[in-house]
Amino acid sequence: MSVTQLGMPSVGVPRKGFFTDTSLCIGCKACEVACKEWNDVPADTDLQITGESFDNTSALGANTWRHVAFIEKQVPATDPSAHDGVKWLMSSDVCKHCTHAACLDVCPTGALFRTEHGTVVVQQDICNGCGYCVSACPYGVIDQRKGDGRAFKCTMCYDRLEAGEEPACAKACPTKSIQFGELDELRERADARLVELKERGEENAQLYGRDPDNGVGGDGAFFLLLDEPETYGLPPDPIVTTRDLPAMWKRAAGAAAGLLAGAALAFWGAKK
Amino acid sequence: MASPLQWPVLRQFLEHDPSGRHHAAKSRATENLKARIETADRVVPSVCPFCAVGCAQRVYVKDEQVIQIEGNPDSPISRGRLCPKGSASLQLTTGASREKYVLYRKPHGTDWERLDLETAMDMVAQRVVETRRDTWEWDVDGIRTRRTMGIASLGGATLDNEENYLIKKLFTALGIVQVENQARVCHSSTVSGLGTSFGRGGSTTYLQDLQNADCIIIQGSNFAEAHPVGFQWVMEAKERGAKIIHVDPRFSRTSAMADTFVPIRAGTDIAFLGGLINWVITHDAYFREYVVNYTNAATILRDDFQDTEDLDGLFSGYDAENSTYSTETWQYEGGYAAASSGERDSHLQEQGSALGESSHPQSHGSGGPGVHGEWRRDETLQDPRCVFQVLKRHYSRYTPEMVEQVCGVPQALFQEVAEAITANSGRERTTAFAYAVGWTQHTTGTQYIRTASVLQLLLGNIGRPGGGIMALRGHASIQGSSDIPTLYDLLPGYLPTPHAEQHLDLDGYIEADSAKGGFWANMRAYTVSLLKAWWGDAATAENDFCFDYLPRITGSHSTYDTVNAQLEGLCKGYFLMGENPAVGSANTRLQRLGMSKLDWLVVRDFSLIESATWWKDGPEIATGELRTEDIATEVFFFPAAAHTEKAGSFTNTNRLVQWRDQAIEPEADRRSDLWFIWHLGRRIRKLLEGSADDADRPVLDLTWDYPTVGTQDEPDADAVFAEINGKAADGSPLSAYTQLKDDGSTSCGCWIYCGCRADGVNQAARRKPHTEQTVSSREWGWAWPANRRELYNRASADPEGRPWSERKKLIWWDEEAGEWTGDDVPDFEPTKPPSYRPPKDAKGPDALSGTDPFIMQSDGKGWLYAPAGLVDGPMPTHYEPQESPFENALYGQQRNPLRKLLPREGNRYHPSGNQPGADVYPYVLTTYRLTEHFTAGAMTRWLPYLAELQPESFCEVSPALAAERGLTNRGWATLVSARGAIEARVLVTDRMKPLRVQGRTVHQIGMPYHWGPNGLSRGDAMNELSSISMDPNVHIQEVKALTVDIRPGRRPRGGDLLGLVADYRRRAGIDEHTGLDEHTGMEGVRA
Ligand code: SF4
Ligand code: SF4
Repeated sequence: MSVTQLGMPSVGVPRKGFFTDTSLCIGCKACEVACKEWNDVPADTDLQITGESFDNTSALGANTWRHVAFIEKQVPATDPSAHDGVKWLMSSDVCKHCTHAACLDVCPTGALFRTEHGTVVVQQDICNGCGYCVSACPYGVIDQRKGDGRAFKCTMCYDRLEAGEEPACAKACPTKSIQFGELDELRERADARLVELKERGEENAQLYGRDPDNGVGGDGAFFLLLDEPETYGLPPDPIVTTRDLPAMWKRAAGAAAGLLAGAALAFWGAKK
Repeated sequence: MASPLQWPVLRQFLEHDPSGRHHAAKSRATENLKARIETADRVVPSVCPFCAVGCAQRVYVKDEQVIQIEGNPDSPISRGRLCPKGSASLQLTTGASREKYVLYRKPHGTDWERLDLETAMDMVAQRVVETRRDTWEWDVDGIRTRRTMGIASLGGATLDNEENYLIKKLFTALGIVQVENQARVCHSSTVSGLGTSFGRGGSTTYLQDLQNADCIIIQGSNFAEAHPVGFQWVMEAKERGAKIIHVDPRFSRTSAMADTFVPIRAGTDIAFLGGLINWVITHDAYFREYVVNYTNAATILRDDFQDTEDLDGLFSGYDAENSTYSTETWQYEGGYAAASSGERDSHLQEQGSALGESSHPQSHGSGGPGVHGEWRRDETLQDPRCVFQVLKRHYSRYTPEMVEQVCGVPQALFQEVAEAITANSGRERTTAFAYAVGWTQHTTGTQYIRTASVLQLLLGNIGRPGGGIMALRGHASIQGSSDIPTLYDLLPGYLPTPHAEQHLDLDGYIEADSAKGGFWANMRAYTVSLLKAWWGDAATAENDFCFDYLPRITGSHSTYDTVNAQLEGLCKGYFLMGENPAVGSANTRLQRLGMSKLDWLVVRDFSLIESATWWKDGPEIATGELRTEDIATEVFFFPAAAHTEKAGSFTNTNRLVQWRDQAIEPEADRRSDLWFIWHLGRRIRKLLEGSADDADRPVLDLTWDYPTVGTQDEPDADAVFAEINGKAADGSPLSAYTQLKDDGSTSCGCWIYCGCRADGVNQAARRKPHTEQTVSSREWGWAWPANRRELYNRASADPEGRPWSERKKLIWWDEEAGEWTGDDVPDFEPTKPPSYRPPKDAKGPDALSGTDPFIMQSDGKGWLYAPAGLVDGPMPTHYEPQESPFENALYGQQRNPLRKLLPREGNRYHPSGNQPGADVYPYVLTTYRLTEHFTAGAMTRWLPYLAELQPESFCEVSPALAAERGLTNRGWATLVSARGAIEARVLVTDRMKPLRVQGRTVHQIGMPYHWGPNGLSRGDAMNELSSISMDPNVHIQEVKALTVDIRPGRRPRGGDLLGLVADYRRRAGIDEHTGLDEHTGMEGVRA
């Protein structure tokens, strides 16, 4: 058990999550825009195409909390789910809101916290821009904003959840590729969907991040992919980078005390 | 300084949160966090201002500022969802890119100056009055026209119905006939194509009904990208097991969602669809009972009719000298067409008209062509002269082999489509077609739509759930701007604009156009009620209800004629209201050169679009063709109000009128177009006050009093809407167009919208959540006609009035109740029984039987064959595009013999097929939209959130073409046509596939047309390449299939650019005759 799983709320609100069913994604990028509009995330200023299919935001980052990947894949012309040897896969990526969240584990200031919905959120009034979380995240999600230094990522629209609303991206998504809800229910829905797609001949369809026994204890935001995770640029087997942290703490109380001191310093440092 | 108690490590112990990662870690900001939608002062219902899906929005306002815009989950169409454009509405309306103040450019000025709003309005009013006076034209060759050709206006599809209504009303009264909007360049051929086939020019079905389809053919449309939220209904159908097929030159995001993608050579869809018609007939797969009873299949044609099979690609009646058809031989035997249903023979054609006759076929938007007389039917369909047999023969050579030869579609793939549509049609199943401008924008655009109409009629798919033809329209109110038309050839409700020669008085006008049978027979009541709405008490029976006040057309005065008139110095004043022709219209260079000849130009928009700044930084300034100091055009820029800042209605892609409330008043000089046009009208009337000139009477007698609302003297849009709806003699609101009278006792601004404010209630503002309604959700907004959602739904029942099947039931005859019933408003007289047979000499609706579902057609039938109404043939025929690398494999006739061309300097055409020089422009270019941008870009290229998603212009090529021409991914390419050369980034992609056609490889290049040099996301405009070449029925331009060359690297700068283009023309041997030939006489591949 990692440090952070202790932080998972055990009572009260059921854990919330995203199930992104990429088989329904039309690559419209409404999720990217709706996210930015709601959260006032700055636009990219480098107005040049990347040449990577229709993807011009390239990756998740401090200014891109939802990112739609476009993968043009050569497949055998006989593949029933492809057209004449080309398959165009589209998938909207987002922070995984891991059960064992390494970013949360390493955050020395308490800027990152686990909400009552089970999501992982950075509090901008606390973050001091130390950047520990950036290297800790096994998915490369969280990122420091240039010229600001603080870390930013998807909050699963924490403020909207508090208001009883669904996150902006899920609300906008025209085809309900992004589904928001109680994680348990989403997992059931995803399991059924997987069976259905397999029956339809989508042989490589698979769930990604759904399994509570995976290297991060399951993702709060998981996916149905139509191909291997690598195809989408996702790590095939992510492992929480802080897996051994509790044991380390036991063995070296002194070091833990040092960590606390560091945390205290960082906390007050951030307030200046 | 934070309190030590806030230190998370301490809090975790104090607050029993041992991990310290949960509630104990909440910061003060987190504790105080509140979603801004929770603290809004009010939430205002609205509608997305981009495409015509018409997604409902909620606008959140706090302290008189819009703080958030999101989807309204109650909407039956969008269910709360918004695409990236809709999601960017907050940035559109509150972002930094919108201009706030009036800007003015003096003649010869080098920069903008500020001008206060009032002064600017006065100046524009002055200009209108002066230019009108200087260019006033009482007659042409002694025939009364009562108009000015000196002023034109363009734009309306992005505006509200009420705004279009006032624009049309004021400009018509002023005698301005050159009033046009995006509907001309986007979907005019839809109106003529669907109108002549079924009697109305709007989509036959509605978006939500697509979920009921068993098969959906998307062709000529990039549905998922251009109408993303509407596409959810395709996805619904797919999830329910429907087969989705996308036929397109290019593999797009739409194709990625389809079960089957069929690549096709751009410009050959009639051959493909004709092939399907042939398949359906030869495989006996048509829905016989439907075809016999509901279409004109059984009607006997004249014996002197000759088909393209007899005349190698021409129909009988062709006059080679004038490139026109006499349509007499196309008639039903014993029938004759209303005078103006066919082509207009007029010696006035050339007067003020570069393109010849007017585009009358658009007037079938709500009422098919009038045919009169008696005709015979052979319900065995055996008579060789019945429509069915003639049709069968016409398409007999459109075999799978021929389809492969022409379209490049492999036979197996063609067969798959043919089997899909036939297996999914009939009593139990239905197939729907969805198309957009990939079909409309061709020299044969109208006939594209006709081909699909013929096919859907044969399959029995019109008027039935999950069937129909979904015309996907691309602007928030482009349907509305056709219905309440800012179009030169139409008056509200598809009444034709009177023609100088044929419509001397009201009687002559009605006589020429009305039909014997069907609801179009009541045209007089519609016309008189319109005249009463416009001229009130001044319109009396004695003065023909002021019919004479209407200016007359003498030929085509479409936006492309206007450009020509500007270049010729005839048109001197120009209004652009939400349209950007310097990017979005064909041949943008001519568009700008035309503007440079104007005396004055008024641009109303959000930002400084290319059409507002060409005099300063346009491409012609860069090439040295124009010098800013030399340009005498006076330019006024008025910042426009956003959709959140004005109340009004949009009409969406399926004829649904939806009302928006005003959320806040606009800031600074920003004003609605309603405000602009009303105040402009008031000022003009003031200037003309006391005038004794008869030319000014229509302006002074115009009903122009509207109550105002708010603090800015904004005319009350609801009052305008009430005028559109119409009222009875006692002033009470009307509720249906059947109440309209021809004696002047009723008034109505647009007869097909009569009922939109029934009972004095704004029906378009109804918003009962879809969760509380059936699929058709008829209490959400209001659809014309009469709130019907599925048109021609009488056809969902068999001739006896019973549903064709339980699975596909919609409307049926309830014998007991003696009325039609079901989940829609019956598109039929509610109590006319299926057994009704018209007595001899019956007129109007009474002349149609209980089995005639197409009540706007004069014979009540769906038209497989159009004996009247179109100028270029009663049955669709494959012709090659104006510019094509191939010969017509089907006929000696290469191109549509009636296509409209504008041969002049700057608009030269390419050689085609085997002609020498054709290989100088060897590739096919097709154009399309992206999800992330909107039309000519004015509403998206300035928005940071959308600009970053598609940040610069690009073209798409296959790896094979990239290798052939040395193009690299993300590198630059220069594309060249005889009109211009542009540069764009290159995307090399496997999604573009070369096709095999007539034994050789053809490469197609894809290019979105959104870009121009202004804004954040920039690039050369694709329309620098396109030519003005048009469909003869409605004058829509061909921009979906042209030929170009492509080469690596950026284009030359300065004058060298012109040199490059001229060099290409020289190499191709292009002169003023190229591309004009009718019979090419060349040997094509023959079947
Ligand atoms: S909004 Fe939905 S459909 Fe559009 S890109 Fe995002 S996940 Fe895909
Ligand atoms: S642009 Fe069209 S699909 Fe997108 S939100 Fe607006 S109306 Fe809906």
